[in-house]
Amino acid sequence: MLEILLDATVRAGTPILFATLGAILNERSGIINLGIEGLMLIGALAGFSGTYLSGSLLVGILFAFAATFVAGSIHALITVQLRGNQIVSGLALTMFGVGITALFGKGMVGLTIDGFTRIAIPGLSSIPVIGKALFNQDILIYFSFLLVFLIWFFLYRTRSGMGLRTIGENPAAADTCGLSVSKYRFFAVTVGSGFVGIGGAYLSLAITPMWIENMSAGRGWIAVALVIFAGWSSPRALLGAYLFGGITAMQLRFQAMGTTISAHILQMLPYFFTILVLVISTLRLQKGASQQPEALGLPYDREDRK
Amino acid sequence: MSDLLTIQNIRKTFPGVVALDDVSFSVKRGEIHTLLGENGAGKSTLMNVLTGLYHPDKGRISIAGEQVHFTSPRDSLARGIGMVHQHFMLVPAHSVFENILLALDQVPNLFNRKTYKAKIQTLINEFSLDLNLDAPVWKLSIGAQQWIELIKLLMRDCQLLILDEPTAVLTPQEADRLFSVLRRLKDRGKSIIFISHKMREVMDISDRVTILKKGRSIDTLSRGHFDESLLASLMIGRDKIPQWQKNLQMSDEIVLDIQNLSVRNDRGLADLDSFSLQLKKGEILGIAGVAGNGQKALAEVLTGLKNASQGRIMARNEDITNSNARYSYIAGIAHIPEDRKTIGIAPDMSVDENLIMKSFKSGSFRNWIFQNKKAIRRNAEEKIEQFAIKTGPDGTPVRYLSGGNIQKVIIARELSEHPSVLVALYPTRGLDIGSAEYVHKVIADGADRGMSTILIAEDLDELLKLSDRIAVMFRGKLIGYVDPRQTTREEIGLMMSGEVSGAVA
Repeated sequence: MLEILLDATVRAGTPILFATLGAILNERSGIINLGIEGLMLIGALAGFSGTYLSGSLLVGILFAFAATFVAGSIHALITVQLRGNQIVSGLALTMFGVGITALFGKGMVGLTIDGFTRIAIPGLSSIPVIGKALFNQDILIYFSFLLVFLIWFFLYRTRSGMGLRTIGENPAAADTCGLSVSKYRFFAVTVGSGFVGIGGAYLSLAITPMWIENMSAGRGWIAVALVIFAGWSSPRALLGAYLFGGITAMQLRFQAMGTTISAHILQMLPYFFTILVLVISTLRLQKGASQQPEALGLPYDREDRK
Repeated sequence: MSDLLTIQNIRKTFPGVVALDDVSFSVKRGEIHTLLGENGAGKSTLMNVLTGLYHPDKGRISIAGEQVHFTSPRDSLARGIGMVHQHFMLVPAHSVFENILLALDQVPNLFNRKTYKAKIQTLINEFSLDLNLDAPVWKLSIGAQQWIELIKLLMRDCQLLILDEPTAVLTPQEADRLFSVLRRLKDRGKSIIFISHKMREVMDISDRVTILKKGRSIDTLSRGHFDESLLASLMIGRDKIPQWQKNLQMSDEIVLDIQNLSVRNDRGLADLDSFSLQLKKGEILGIAGVAGNGQKALAEVLTGLKNASQGRIMARNEDITNSNARYSYIAGIAHIPEDRKTIGIAPDMSVDENLIMKSFKSGSFRNWIFQNKKAIRRNAEEKIEQFAIKTGPDGTPVRYLSGGNIQKVIIARELSEHPSVLVALYPTRGLDIGSAEYVHKVIADGADRGMSTILIAEDLDELLKLSDRIAVMFRGKLIGYVDPRQTTREEIGLMMSGEVSGAVA
């Protein structure tokens, strides 16, 4: 019973994890991205159609990454190059994602593919209780573990990562050190969007191997909130994503057990927790424990006389 | 000695403002070259052009005889030009090491922390500086933060160092340390462009001085060919800087009595720690102390921007600590904030609008719920003339004014309601001599009318000249009072570092 629940937790948490990691990379450069929800949908559709047309899951994933990379570069163009309003551009990206996937996804509705299969890691997967949940999973989940580490390593152990963090904190300082603020930001926004896309693709390639309109169902917004909860740190994003995965898995479990609580109430739980998490992390932020990049949301204009 | 840098006929304009009109000068190898000029004369703009932050509209820059075009700070760094900006380019949340490493060229993406730490440490030891590489920058004093900026440039082996008012935030002792380091750098053949308003320093350290006025380079003088009064007259076109007669017959009536006041900051540390202070009617009470020792918290708690966690503020025997009564009392406290551009004004609104921000609700500036544009304009015209504010065309956003003129707008607004207490936080920081003199005159005139002023400043000369009494702060505590007519710079300097308790008056 617990094993099944944990397994469902990890699977439900993975798309949110990818989306949160992508958003963290994004926001570390100082650019807010509220287009996560739209990017997830674009990733889900691109991943599904790529796999359907080619028959290869890998091609599907690459499709998802490429499509959201391109969509993310629109956001980057507007916010980094043109110094537009990040909130408005992000919201527009979400609406764009919802619309365009509904349009182009019409022909894909009802089709099926063979989704990802589980690969048990010998030895590790027989650890009691957590073994199955963590080490008898599909390759994308293993990749998500790796990505948590890679993003942490990039941010805290490489010079470019240090540069990216500096740009998120004080772009003028990075500029005077000779770093190109716009190049770093462009990189963070596009590659971050690509990871969000993989999160979307996980929905249509692993959880339910088909395309359903609006299938991200608000997970992108949960990711936006989780970035704050995680304090812009990738290991804590893992924690947060699985917390939400756990709540989702639990409410599904309750429904399966035939509880008398309305299914609508149960489905509301993850979103209710999102609000709760935002309240708690905001209170924490006010106590001065802020890890928010100082320059988050502020366009950088070298010649601006402030 | 050959010329390292030559600047010819540089011009740079911003919307509605000619920041640089026509500037030419040159810097030799191994010299300390001071750039002197009033604020708005274009010093900072010129330096931003030189470091590639701004693109000049006209003119040429040559390094070692070769013409260069900078499109970004990267280009100027590559040619060995580095700058310590007036507002430090540091990330407070990052460690000293991270801040320095980022400035280094050609660090591979995967680097060995130990090797680089050792390299930086060697340089720190060479100048016997006290810097912990692992400490986060926000924990360091402003003086230490400036060393980081300097180390950044030295690690890159910059040949020309630009320091924009580096002593503004230092104690006299720290400033002396800086000068000795600068002299050693000069002996090693580095060139230094030094920007300052403080005549004492300019006289002390400069090999040559170039005077800027209204965006034009007026003259370049070599050591031995200039003295204080000549420089001042070239810079502001006046021979003598007037001295104010101190107001010696202040009353003993205490208008503000601060008793054991403690204020905690966002991190839960004490910004004010059991701080006590008495302000008398009509006096100018100077507060000396290195920036970051609680001056800002003092101003904020007095003006109602912060609450005290302990202690009392008494105004004429009435307790106004954290109480609503305080807010009505605040009407009588005027505030000149430290950060004039973010707290003092609404940058994108016009001069007219900024001038009535304290009194826009009053009947004289409105017709029912509508603004009375005529009255607002009339008020602005009056203030602009009275305070000699230089503005652009009608409706120009305040942000386009020079620092000195923005400060005049704030002062005009704050003093318009004849406050009984003025809390002035670094009121002349970044101002040219002419504007600073004006601010001093306004404060001194106010004292004659019975206004009490708490003057928080970093320039000891300013405090000594203007104050009736000086209180010295260190780490949120009052160290003691000194009499400006009897004390010495050295005594105050020592008290600022918390070493000696002065005579408590």
